[in-house]
Amino acid sequence: MSAPDPAAGLLPPQATYRQLVATISNRVQRRKPGRAWLIAFALASLMTLMLAGCIALLFVRGIGILGNNTGVVWGFPIANYVWWIGIGNAGTFISAALLLTRQPWRAAINRFAEVMTIFAVSIAGIFPILHLGRPGYAYWLTPYPNSMDLWPQWRSALVWDFASIVAYLVFSLIFFFLGLIPDMATLRDRARTRAGQVIYGLLALGWRGSARHWQLHDRLYRTLAALALPLVVSVHSVAAMDFAASLMPGWQETIFPPYFVIGALFSGFGMVVVLAALIRQGLGLQAVITHRHFAVMGKIILAGSLGMALSYGTEWFSAWTSGDPAEREHLRFLFTGDYAPLYLAMLGCNLLVPQLLWSGRARRSIAAVVAVAVVLNIGMWLERILIIWNTLSHTHLPAMRGVFVPTLWDWLILAGSLGFFAFLMLVFARILPAAAMHDLGRLLHQREQSR
Amino acid sequence: MTAPLLLAEFENPETLLQAARRAREAGLRGLDAHTPFPVEGLPDALALPEPRLRLPMLLAGLVAAGLVFAMCWYSAVVDYPLNLGGRPLNSWQTFVILAFEAGILCATLVGALAFFLGSGLPRLHHPVFAVPGFERASQDRFFLSVADPLADIPRLMALLEGIDTISVHAVPR
Repeated sequence: MSAPDPAAGLLPPQATYRQLVATISNRVQRRKPGRAWLIAFALASLMTLMLAGCIALLFVRGIGILGNNTGVVWGFPIANYVWWIGIGNAGTFISAALLLTRQPWRAAINRFAEVMTIFAVSIAGIFPILHLGRPGYAYWLTPYPNSMDLWPQWRSALVWDFASIVAYLVFSLIFFFLGLIPDMATLRDRARTRAGQVIYGLLALGWRGSARHWQLHDRLYRTLAALALPLVVSVHSVAAMDFAASLMPGWQETIFPPYFVIGALFSGFGMVVVLAALIRQGLGLQAVITHRHFAVMGKIILAGSLGMALSYGTEWFSAWTSGDPAEREHLRFLFTGDYAPLYLAMLGCNLLVPQLLWSGRARRSIAAVVAVAVVLNIGMWLERILIIWNTLSHTHLPAMRGVFVPTLWDWLILAGSLGFFAFLMLVFARILPAAAMHDLGRLLHQREQSR
Repeated sequence: MTAPLLLAEFENPETLLQAARRAREAGLRGLDAHTPFPVEGLPDALALPEPRLRLPMLLAGLVAAGLVFAMCWYSAVVDYPLNLGGRPLNSWQTFVILAFEAGILCATLVGALAFFLGSGLPRLHHPVFAVPGFERASQDRFFLSVADPLADIPRLMALLEGIDTISVHAVPR
């Protein structure tokens, strides 16, 4: 009896190595961009320009143009930061965790998940700088030799944040590029233009698929994957400690680090689902990004939603059981205060809607899984913004209490960051292979062995 | 002048594995292969040495973490003591976070460095690229390479008798 086919529902039944390579690489090398790509690219470019304009205006006029006030000092920028870093958290985690647990469905999605991480973390890194009164001094977070004889304050969560984002970004770039080298060699060998041969040739670093190199590559890649897991957990735990290391009601909770990590994976998987659907449709990759991918990601989203429910429940329970009047008052404010409708909407998006995925029929429908993913990403954004608004609008000092009202510039910067992300993803889809061709080849080989 | 490099081309990983095992049993040295993806069992079939990668990564990570911890301790306790709400100067719990990030980062950089040193990459040109059809080594063909002064094309072909071999080439090095 033969072993079950690991690639069932993941690869076309009669696939060959050459077909798989052609499926992915022709999208980059043989096809002109379609009308849909051009329109999307034009729009995304405009939004990127708008973001640049808004940031320039913000730097010239100062943070007074945003809704941030003396109470809600963090406003939109830090909520956007936490949301983007959450999305950025998932890509490298997905790629690494699925590699270590030998999930066959990793092969088609790990590449754009990693790219998503790099772009999202880069965008996230912009926001803390935007909310600074003096953005020009952001480099004071680094321990550099200076004539003022000063050191950074190691006890500040801001310094931890800076260190973890930089470490994660550099790590993700190396992990991503390492996985890309063999595919660059494939593109080099298939290129028909001189420019393609030279550019992909340089990026391939002279890769010749040597068994010795593969052995080294595989060993390093798996070791990095093992390093990635604690790193990813640390990145969003540190983002959570920006809040939890304070003395504010609703923030100073031990549940925060794991709660943020689960939320990050939840929203990150949501974003991967949305991107998978767009790339599948836009690049015509129905053969390698299949219903099975969406079904398994649907299950993970469902698990994430249950984890979120547990986190919210713990938050409420510990606010009640602590007996601290400020904590209880905060809990009451969540459900009855100025932002209560948004809070209830958030609970609906994150807890209720994903329950649809208990149904096997819903998981097999790509449209349903994508719809849930979009809703939960809106829900996760609401969660990030409400964590900040609720606590800062309702602090210990009644005199400091006030409502946050976003300005036009808040919304434009948020929209611009989405446009910039779309711009980067669109460029990626045109110049780099959207799926790891060598991993697909390996998957096909596993199937042939199991037959 | 060194002996030429012999390259035998195969249709699929199984025949390459068979050929690799036979070449090793025949005592040929300087064996390598060129494949579009890592083929399971190939390092064993070619008797490749175990790469040494993890120990330097671990050491680099520990050293970097130790150095960053020492830097935090020195600046917070000795060089720039600052009383913040009565917290202890040596608040080591917070230094651990920074030490951890530095350790991971340094281990990663050393791992990448070890990969490049161990593989000899980047090396944009190599004699094997001159072999006709070698561009398919990154797509759907599997090559066995032999760099043994005692081997030549007739001997290799005799050795591969009965294995589906697409072509055999000798490349001057």
